[in-house]
Amino acid sequence: MEKKAVIIVGGGPAGLAAAVELHKKGVRDILILEREKHLGGILRQCIHDGFGLTRFKTTLSGPEYAQRFIDEVIQKEIPYMANTTVLEISEDKVVTAASQNGLVQFQAQAVILTMGCRERTRGALGIPGERPAGVFTAGVAQAYMNLYNRMPAKEVVILGSGDIGMIMARRLTLEGAHVQAVFEIQPIPSGLPRNIEQCLNDYGIPLYLSHTVTSIHGNSRLTGVTVAQVDEHFKPIPGTEKDYTCDTLILSVGLIPENELSIDAGVQLDNRTRGAVVDEHFQTNVEGVFAAGNVLHVHDLVDFVSMEAEALADSAASYVTGGPLPPCPVQVVADGNIGHTIPQKISGKKDVNLSMRVRKLIKNCRIVVRQNGQEIAVKKMKKALPAEMIQILVKADKITSTGDLEVSVEC
Amino acid sequence: MSKQYDVLIIGGGMIGSAIAREMARYDLRIGVLEKNLDVCYETSGRNSAVVHGGFAYDTGSLKARFCVEGNRMMDQLSQELDFPFQRCGKVLVGNTDEDMETLKRTLKQGEQNGSQGLEIIDEERLHQLVPAVVGKFAMFSPNSGILEPFHYTIALAENAHENGAEYFFDHEVTAIRREGSGYVITTTQGDFSTRWVVNAAGLGCGKVSDMLGIKGYKIIGSKGDYIILDKRTGPLLPMPVYPVPSNTYMGIHVTNTIDGNVTIGPNADLVSNFEYYGVPQENMDYLAKSASDLWPHINKADYIRNYSGILPKWVDDNGVIQDFKIEIRDDLAPQAINLVGIESPGLTAAVPIARYAVSLMKEREELKEKPDFNPRRKGIVRFENLSTEEKARLIQEDPDYGEVVCRCEKVTRAEILQAIHNPLGVSTMAGIKYRTRSMMGRCQGGYCQMRLEQMIEEELGRKETEILYARQGSQVIFGKVREED
Repeated sequence: MEKKAVIIVGGGPAGLAAAVELHKKGVRDILILEREKHLGGILRQCIHDGFGLTRFKTTLSGPEYAQRFIDEVIQKEIPYMANTTVLEISEDKVVTAASQNGLVQFQAQAVILTMGCRERTRGALGIPGERPAGVFTAGVAQAYMNLYNRMPAKEVVILGSGDIGMIMARRLTLEGAHVQAVFEIQPIPSGLPRNIEQCLNDYGIPLYLSHTVTSIHGNSRLTGVTVAQVDEHFKPIPGTEKDYTCDTLILSVGLIPENELSIDAGVQLDNRTRGAVVDEHFQTNVEGVFAAGNVLHVHDLVDFVSMEAEALADSAASYVTGGPLPPCPVQVVADGNIGHTIPQKISGKKDVNLSMRVRKLIKNCRIVVRQNGQEIAVKKMKKALPAEMIQILVKADKITSTGDLEVSVEC
Repeated sequence: MSKQYDVLIIGGGMIGSAIAREMARYDLRIGVLEKNLDVCYETSGRNSAVVHGGFAYDTGSLKARFCVEGNRMMDQLSQELDFPFQRCGKVLVGNTDEDMETLKRTLKQGEQNGSQGLEIIDEERLHQLVPAVVGKFAMFSPNSGILEPFHYTIALAENAHENGAEYFFDHEVTAIRREGSGYVITTTQGDFSTRWVVNAAGLGCGKVSDMLGIKGYKIIGSKGDYIILDKRTGPLLPMPVYPVPSNTYMGIHVTNTIDGNVTIGPNADLVSNFEYYGVPQENMDYLAKSASDLWPHINKADYIRNYSGILPKWVDDNGVIQDFKIEIRDDLAPQAINLVGIESPGLTAAVPIARYAVSLMKEREELKEKPDFNPRRKGIVRFENLSTEEKARLIQEDPDYGEVVCRCEKVTRAEILQAIHNPLGVSTMAGIKYRTRSMMGRCQGGYCQMRLEQMIEEELGRKETEILYARQGSQVIFGKVREED
């Protein structure tokens, strides 16, 4: 069986950034496996701008952002196989993939998981009602329009104020569809403030918070939806139901890291992120298997995906050239206000950047990292939104090698 | 000018297609009139997909007789027609003394019906069979099983078709009149003439029976909702787990599927609208709660879809559910085989029902066997289920097996192409879904549906606005975003 130092599963933003960074660190025996015809991942269909402000200090469209990395991959002659779907990753890092040229198997020294995420569906939410055509996740509608030149909607209602949903509200409007409203079950929007401004407010599309779709109508194409206001437990309030006539319901109700291949490989997942449990090297519980980007936890901005994958590549490069990485016995735990932290485990011997999100809107708060009762890092925030990822740098000289790191929100 | 048939079968579901296949053994010109755009949009594709043991029905009933017969022949049918079937067994789980009495009665009835291998098992044995189940004892039916209802129905239809039966989709029957020694059947797409007619209309059996002049059957719908769980739950459930049944209702059960999912359901709501398949919130909540009493692995995070189905039940004036009715009323409608109230266990019993229907015809007319009848049909090879070596070989033979179009179910371009060019000429997206499992996985078509839509356009030369999801009117695409040069 052919051997590879590093196999990268997925040629989206995380995989591309990891490949380029590995190459910079001197690793040459790399192979990116990409199931689509082209590299770039989901960015290929994100033709709006706003990418790259953090990473490149300029605003790019999704394809432009991806192209910056693809150009480097090509210029550095980093090997990749497109149109190649990974079927299985075994616990001993044998990667099996299918392409039109045949079934290929590689024995990898390190495997980098960068498969991204998928959208939560209508079935996963359990929205009641009939199951007609015309109910699309925002990414599906985006792919139809931007990759396939197909218009899937005329009269639209959007459920969920995720970023892709709002981006699609604008896109659909610009292409002549009528977006009646966006409904969000939470009392606060789940997407970024800039998208509410630029995609909804600028086009006069109303956003109704604490509302959800309670029934879907139509047995061929969608004919309408029933929407109701919800109480603090997200239960529909009787008497508030209102029917909307529409042919399309767009769902932007969350993203789920796509970890089916990781599970095959024996990777342990975190129930909160639905991504792998990783240490500060972005290494999973399986030695030599690393994860970064949206397959690890859903990010708000692609810039952070790239930067996380670059950090991963530094560790993966050490691993393939220098052998097993230092152990990470220190656990990072979070209080109930924090949805998740990445990484979940650290060595305590080097600086670590903790990524997290708050679970609800919190104003005028401090996010505090403590170890053995000592405050070792703090970030003051006027306003912390669940839509935004928060990063806190914890310096190595403040950490000891025993005792959990405890992350909490204090107001 | 109307076409002349020996037999026209109204309804192309499991029963209609099984009858078409049995009749195709003889020298007859057969047509099947189906109102939908495929063979499994109604009850045939909307059920628990369980092959029953035959213990749940009154001794002496056609339901009991055909269920036991159908169960016995399922291995052979599965081989002949190349649809997946697993004789995985099933348990009916109880807790109380009353439950035990009911199970003993059920077992005795089952033995009288000819259902074999039934036994009452204790808690220890029950947990050996199904580790996670909640219950103190159970009746174990080793011959019960599961199959893939879409493939089963499609297999029956395709084999009937290969042996000469013609399928007419989007042909809803609106009137039937006697003419000479036969019938003229009016459909939404013209008239058809036939010597014999078969009412296999499922939910429409009462209406068609009325059209034949056999009036008075009262048909009620029993609507059941289901939730489908992610494949990661499948390995935790080796066989269906049922509660102790009542006389008329099997109860909410958890069922493993052939493809490794788990379904929970059904409730049983009486309905008169046979076209509403919506699933209400309260029913989903009720299903999850009831099923959790049997099996503790039900988490909302594993929901991937819900669906519902409606069983046509023939009831008497007091609302009591009746047996299958399979008859020829020479006085009212000669040369018309009338099937009424074909509900559960119709899936298990379809082929025995079909043979019985043919036997009624044979009592009245001599049928000449066709020497070239071929009972075998080949389905689409599922790439995902093959070994690594077999996968490699298949890609060598046909590179399209190397392009995975549906990532969740790992369905390849080669499989989708075969499904698009299916023998029955079905061209809907749901038709491709039922034949390949694309769009059936956890992302529900998030990755593959654009590709399917595009492939149907390209392969069948359709315009984007002509692509239908499932039913007439289920247009997927309204046009192009930009006109292409």
